[in-house]
Amino acid sequence: MLSYVVRRVLATIPVMGIVALTVFSLLYLAPGDPAAIIAGDQATTEQIAQIRASLGLSQPFLVRFAHWLWQVVHFNLGTSVFTGQPVSGMIGQRIEPTLALMILTMAIAITLAVPLGVIAAWKQGTWIDRAIMVFAVLGFSVPVFVVGYLLAYLFGLTLRILPVQGFTPLSQGFWPFLASLILPSLALGAIYVALLARITRAAMLEVLAQDYVRTARAKGVGQGGVLFVHALKNAANPVVTVAGLGVALLIGGTVVTETVFAIPGLGTLTANAILQRDYPVIQGVVLLFSFVYVVINLIVDLLYSVFDPRIRL
Amino acid sequence: MSEISLPEEASVLPEILPPPAVHGRVVGLVLRHPGIAIGGALVGLMIFLALAAPWLGTVDPEALDPANMLIGVSAGHWFGTDMLGRDIYSRVLYGARVSLIVGFAVAALASAGGMGIGLVSGFVRPLDPVLMRIMDGVMAIPSILLAIALMALTQGSVGNVIIAITISQVPQVARLVRGMVLGLREQPFVEAAIAAGTRTPRLIWRHIVPNTLAPVIVQATYICASAMIIEAILDFIGAGTPPVVPSWGNIMAEGRALWQVKPFIVFFPAFFLSVTVLAVNLLGDGLRDALDPRGEARR
Repeated sequence: MLSYVVRRVLATIPVMGIVALTVFSLLYLAPGDPAAIIAGDQATTEQIAQIRASLGLSQPFLVRFAHWLWQVVHFNLGTSVFTGQPVSGMIGQRIEPTLALMILTMAIAITLAVPLGVIAAWKQGTWIDRAIMVFAVLGFSVPVFVVGYLLAYLFGLTLRILPVQGFTPLSQGFWPFLASLILPSLALGAIYVALLARITRAAMLEVLAQDYVRTARAKGVGQGGVLFVHALKNAANPVVTVAGLGVALLIGGTVVTETVFAIPGLGTLTANAILQRDYPVIQGVVLLFSFVYVVINLIVDLLYSVFDPRIRL
Repeated sequence: MSEISLPEEASVLPEILPPPAVHGRVVGLVLRHPGIAIGGALVGLMIFLALAAPWLGTVDPEALDPANMLIGVSAGHWFGTDMLGRDIYSRVLYGARVSLIVGFAVAALASAGGMGIGLVSGFVRPLDPVLMRIMDGVMAIPSILLAIALMALTQGSVGNVIIAITISQVPQVARLVRGMVLGLREQPFVEAAIAAGTRTPRLIWRHIVPNTLAPVIVQATYICASAMIIEAILDFIGAGTPPVVPSWGNIMAEGRALWQVKPFIVFFPAFFLSVTVLAVNLLGDGLRDALDPRGEARR
């Protein structure tokens, strides 16, 4: 078991290295002279040269990369070209809504999608199965902003039961906080529900055809027991894998969801940074999200051995 | 050596793998997989609207008309007008061009690029670990974020949007093709072809590539669908094509500020985008079921 964990953890190091190199290259390749931008409009050539020297901008690529990486592992992501604030601080200020949004989305999506997929597999070929699969294709095809606007229009503007836009921090009370996140989570989660329901159904169909399921039925295990105890546990691995990979969709979707619902999180930070060409901020956010994504998929890898002990060998 | 002719080795062996449904019987195929028919028809309709846009009662999609700002759905403006008085119906129809071009171009380029990398990885073994680590690294950056970051480096244009999205989609195809190549190299017909002296380029072209095509085509349709969504997202947050370009994402971005009072500006491009992506996904699902004999058996 320990050697499996160590192997998986070590395997993520080169991946993180490539991610870091890619993200660093983005800033390296970015148009415009950072020294000139920092120096401002009235700077003389000498001042710009001085800033460039102090930032180490004239050093070779690999030296700069090593220097940058050293800073990053010490949580120094540079300073925003626009506000002059440290990027890590800006991320820290805006992480609460994004984190809350993603956790709530995953919770809602998994509680909805897994039972839907199980039911679809159980009722394979019936109208229930078809309806769930049609919903899954729709969820996969209707882009997150469309779902977002529809939900906001229906529940926010027309029915007036949930806030249309905006975010209430947890410090101002749990229920307003939750209410401000429900519509964004549903919008963001639609594609995730679709993805998980489909893979759950496929994995369950495969497992339900196995001999031991027939044995379980023969010895008198009830329908619920067969589906949720005998079958689902063995169908868990593909579902967990896709749940991990699907986090990429959630991360990408956050940028849009936060824009639609005017949530001051990392997504809107990214969208604003793009408009202002604030490269250090873009770099910091991309690096953070990619790191989270890799770590989540590492956890997924480690979960495999929980669901399927054979993998530990 | 060269006098020994290899009798028909190429024309017989590939017959082993391609699923039978590919050959003929188009009607039967469509009947068994309604997704192909519905998806194909809707994609066809969108292509028609995109191509025929100038003759479908549209006006110049970029023409400003300040006297007629924010008119609702009416006889003169079927989908209303935006904040600058531009006709939304015209912009939506011309917008189909942008979405379809981006979708198809990314699907084609990402498939070709991924195929190339996957083949190199599968055949040039020393390069395999390096290439696959790079692919893992690129895949570790969520594709929308990677596309956004790449767009931050360049000017907003349709070409750059295509390149940025393609880079984010190539690794999927590369991984898929590499996996298939490694599997195919163990197949008896490939070993036979190698034993018979088939040189590598011919081996790849005649034996490997045809057998990887079906899954790659299915993957390409899904990539086409995601590319259209990512393009709209890029435009929507202002990182894609310049706002003047009539694209569905841009129209939605323009309607964003006013969506609570003038929802129709967002509604029409959103509807067209959803229908088009749905059509491409249906086509992809249909093709997957039709081209994958294993999936067929399970239905």
